[in-house]
Amino acid sequence: MSPRRLIAMSRKEFIQIVRDPRSLLIALLMPVMQMVLLGYGVSLDAKNIPVYVYDQEGSQDSQALLKRFQASPYFDVRKTVNSYRDLRYAIDSDRCKLAIVIPFDFSRKLRDTGFAPVQVIVDGTDDNTANLSKGYARAVIARFSADVQHNWLQRQGMPIAASNGNISVDTRIWFNEDLESRNFIIPGIVALVMALVGALLTSLTIAREWERGTMEQLLSTPITPSEVMLGKLIPYFMVGMADAALCLMMSVWWFGVPFRGTLASFFTTTALFLIVILGIGFMISVAIRNQLGASMIALLVTLMPTSLLSGYAFPIDQMPAAVRAITYLVYSRYYVTILKAIYLKGVGVKALGAEMTALAVYAAVIGLLATRAFRKTLD
Amino acid sequence: MEPEIAVEGLSKRFGPVSAVDCLSFAVNRGEIFGLVGPDGAGKTTTMRMLAGVMSCDGGRMKVAGHDVAANAEAVKGSISYMPQRFGLYEDLTVDENIRFYADLFGVARTERRERGAMLLKAAGMTEFRDRLAGKLSGGMKQKLGLICALIHRPRVLLLDEPTTGVDPVSRREFWQVLYSLLAQGVTIIISTAYLDEAERCSRLALLHKGRLLLCDTPENLKKRMPGATVVVSSPQARDLRELLAGAEGVSTVILVGAGLHLVVDDADRRVPELKARIQSAGIAFDEITASEPAIEDLFVAYVQGR
Ligand SMILES: Nc1ncnc2c1ncn2[C@@H]1O[C@H](COP(=O)(O)OP(=O)(O)O)[C@@H](O)[C@H]1O
Ligand SMILES: [Mg+2]
Repeated sequence: MSPRRLIAMSRKEFIQIVRDPRSLLIALLMPVMQMVLLGYGVSLDAKNIPVYVYDQEGSQDSQALLKRFQASPYFDVRKTVNSYRDLRYAIDSDRCKLAIVIPFDFSRKLRDTGFAPVQVIVDGTDDNTANLSKGYARAVIARFSADVQHNWLQRQGMPIAASNGNISVDTRIWFNEDLESRNFIIPGIVALVMALVGALLTSLTIAREWERGTMEQLLSTPITPSEVMLGKLIPYFMVGMADAALCLMMSVWWFGVPFRGTLASFFTTTALFLIVILGIGFMISVAIRNQLGASMIALLVTLMPTSLLSGYAFPIDQMPAAVRAITYLVYSRYYVTILKAIYLKGVGVKALGAEMTALAVYAAVIGLLATRAFRKTLD
Repeated sequence: MEPEIAVEGLSKRFGPVSAVDCLSFAVNRGEIFGLVGPDGAGKTTTMRMLAGVMSCDGGRMKVAGHDVAANAEAVKGSISYMPQRFGLYEDLTVDENIRFYADLFGVARTERRERGAMLLKAAGMTEFRDRLAGKLSGGMKQKLGLICALIHRPRVLLLDEPTTGVDPVSRREFWQVLYSLLAQGVTIIISTAYLDEAERCSRLALLHKGRLLLCDTPENLKKRMPGATVVVSSPQARDLRELLAGAEGVSTVILVGAGLHLVVDDADRRVPELKARIQSAGIAFDEITASEPAIEDLFVAYVQGR
């Protein structure tokens, strides 16, 4: 390995990136666009869910409960109706996603027994929103009933401490207390950006030499295959790391996602992931000697699994068992898991030993294969 | 003295096509050796194998003391290869291309500067050193190719049709540089489509369908020429070809530029005969003279003779 030739190759490649508008666009604009599009577009948050109310009783207690719904940022109480038929119509015509029915004996049951049923009707057509709104509604009601029971017990003259028969359901969300789905998704978008930019750029690098006819002369020089590979990948590695930093800054300062881990663990894992991505892009570029074909294949083998099987937006534990098994083969799965943990839990590299090892093994194997992929011959 | 390049029984097949078929020749130090032949003769394939960028199916190649067939990489520090298709980076400037190739061949920085400046000056390209290679004219691109090839003082220079599509002035400058290299002991193999260039080589190999037809100096090749050459220049060369093909004593008729080359058995006897024949047919012509045979005539005579 000659440092001289390595640097010459890297410098040449770097100049070519800087002078190629398409490469520049991919390197600089793509990450920002991805972050913005996906960060805003795929937000799974259900905020301001439209709610209709059928309050059969119209008492102080029922109004107190409805006020809780009004106060919640997740719900937007739009209208009060007077029949099930109206509710049905509202849901069918998409005017509301959730309906609350308060029975006529609500306050009496509450007063006498401390327990009163409330009916919540959810529009199940959108599975995801349905689940979320059901959960939010349950939380609002649980909090309300806890307060009511508290008061009731006090009125009965019972000491609160002795009320061990009453189990209050207290749901606590860990690591993402605001239940912001954006916080779950944005760390994963970093992986998506790395896969997209890294694979797209490197897939062009060898194919370009073949297409433009510069390969033949390059092959006639004393440069070694590993100098070609490393020399070409170093600039893309630096571009990738810069893009990662850009994504990190955008996610924290623009989207307000908490970042609780250390920069060192973030960049270490990103480096490993980049090695995998660049290695794959390089091998594709070697195998497919034209730029268009190479970039298509590169997207297929890096972006597809990263967006579908890494768990960045679609939770892996909700996938069918067979698909779940496949995700263990997807390198991005480990990176996404680590990223989320670094961002939201702030754990160090040590706590993620298994994932880190998997990623490192992947990087080593791909790196080795990539070194052998390039042969210095025309045939 | 051991030849600088020795090729023995070199062969390369592409499926059913025998691109190079049992080729043997030797080139001495300081020679400029020409590979001549029509498209598809196997010139490029031969160059590629000698440059170590393509494997051979059989035979031996010794270039600058290295066995290329056995270990292609060893020879690469001692040679320079200019492929038929422009092989430099069009999005790099002249200087950046020179620097890239100098670095790949491990040329020291000061030497690169001095030698680069000297070569640029010799090629008349000093004022273009900051221009992108893609923005150069065809002739300048080829000169830049030569500069990049010479930045590391190669022992052997392999040039595949370096002057195709290059204007005559640039071609002359190109050849001047080549001659100065020969004086320094560099050995050159050049393939060319221009036969006037072929005659400037110290020796020539005539290739046809991958086989070596003849290999000798241009003078000796011409001496082997059976009969004599008659040149007719005429604006109606095609009509003349019809007329004269198969005339008594004429063995071959080929179109060359704005005229014909005829191979005849005896020039003194046939020139007046032919002249009379053309005049009686009423075809316009400017001149008809006996001439030195050109390599091209030899080539056609040989290929047709087979
Ligand atoms: N890479 C290749 N694959 C298949 N056939 C080839 C290849 N390169 C050359 N050939 C064939 O080999 C023969 C010699 O080609 P080439 O060496 O390019 O001749 P020249 O340079 O004299 O025009 C031609 O018939 C050509 O079609
Ligand atoms: Mg050729």
